[in-house]
Amino acid sequence: MNEIEKKILNLLQGDFPVERRPYASLALRLGLDETTLLAHIETLRRNGYIRRLGASLNKEKLGYTSTLVGARVPEDGFEETVAFINRYPHITHNYERAHEFNVWFTIIARDEAKIEEILEEIRTGTAVEELINLPATRLFKIMVRFDLEDSKKNAAC
Amino acid sequence: MQLAEKDIALLRILQDDMPICERPYAELAARSGMSEDEVIERIRRWKETGVIRRIGAFIRHMRAGFSANGMVVWRVPEERVEEVGGRLALRDAVSHCYGRSSSERWPFRLYTMIHGRSVDEVEGEVKRISEEEDIPDYEILFSTRELKRASTRLFMEEPE
Repeated sequence: MNEIEKKILNLLQGDFPVERRPYASLALRLGLDETTLLAHIETLRRNGYIRRLGASLNKEKLGYTSTLVGARVPEDGFEETVAFINRYPHITHNYERAHEFNVWFTIIARDEAKIEEILEEIRTGTAVEELINLPATRLFKIMVRFDLEDSKKNAAC
Repeated sequence: MQLAEKDIALLRILQDDMPICERPYAELAARSGMSEDEVIERIRRWKETGVIRRIGAFIRHMRAGFSANGMVVWRVPEERVEEVGGRLALRDAVSHCYGRSSSERWPFRLYTMIHGRSVDEVEGEVKRISEEEDIPDYEILFSTRELKRASTRLFMEEPE
């Protein structure tokens, strides 16, 4: 990534303008013309630096509930268990972690009953040895942006 | 919250990629059966009321150089959760910070995601936080593999 691309990514991680010509307004701030900026963003997306450019919705406000689940999954049957878990569209993030509880995923659903139902299916349908369900009681911060120009810090807004 | 069908259509589209063209909202408008100004007006209102947290780019941070990602779970007494959580959230290195209920099996109440360019960088940061906040009891769970990472999709169960 070159310097101008880092600048663009930093700016795009902030607030995307809600006006008729948002890219023209961003281009102005970067000292670029709109066409050049559009081409850069296209490249950044094609090269995989941008996962998505879009809205992050407040799921609680829209009537959804979510949780974090830690699972103890034995080596034997690991891949099958992961495939079973990943099949749910409600499960969007799933990471293997170096710990006794080695699989961590999030579930988003319309209500807690649905979450319980999914957990029960995972308990009975996979090699999982133990599940801990950890719904949030308090949200203090959600990641906002990574500062690509400063080698040390992430920025909060 | 009461949402009209049009609203749901637009919210669904907003979870996709913003078109990369001169008038992206006009394109969203065409897809959701509204005018460009209606789309802009709705999005502005949703941002004000907090239905939309943010519109912007979500980057692949691993690819952008933040390759180490540690979930740190902190054992904090219940009465300190609010105060310590608020302070951890202010730190640049902390990207996510949540309070969660604990149990005997899993006694940790505070959760932070810490990203860094290396495992060492994350460990150093966590040690610093532990000392400065006086939370000696914690565990770092480094991710070793991304098993699934999809965008959160709300309103997918409603008929198109």
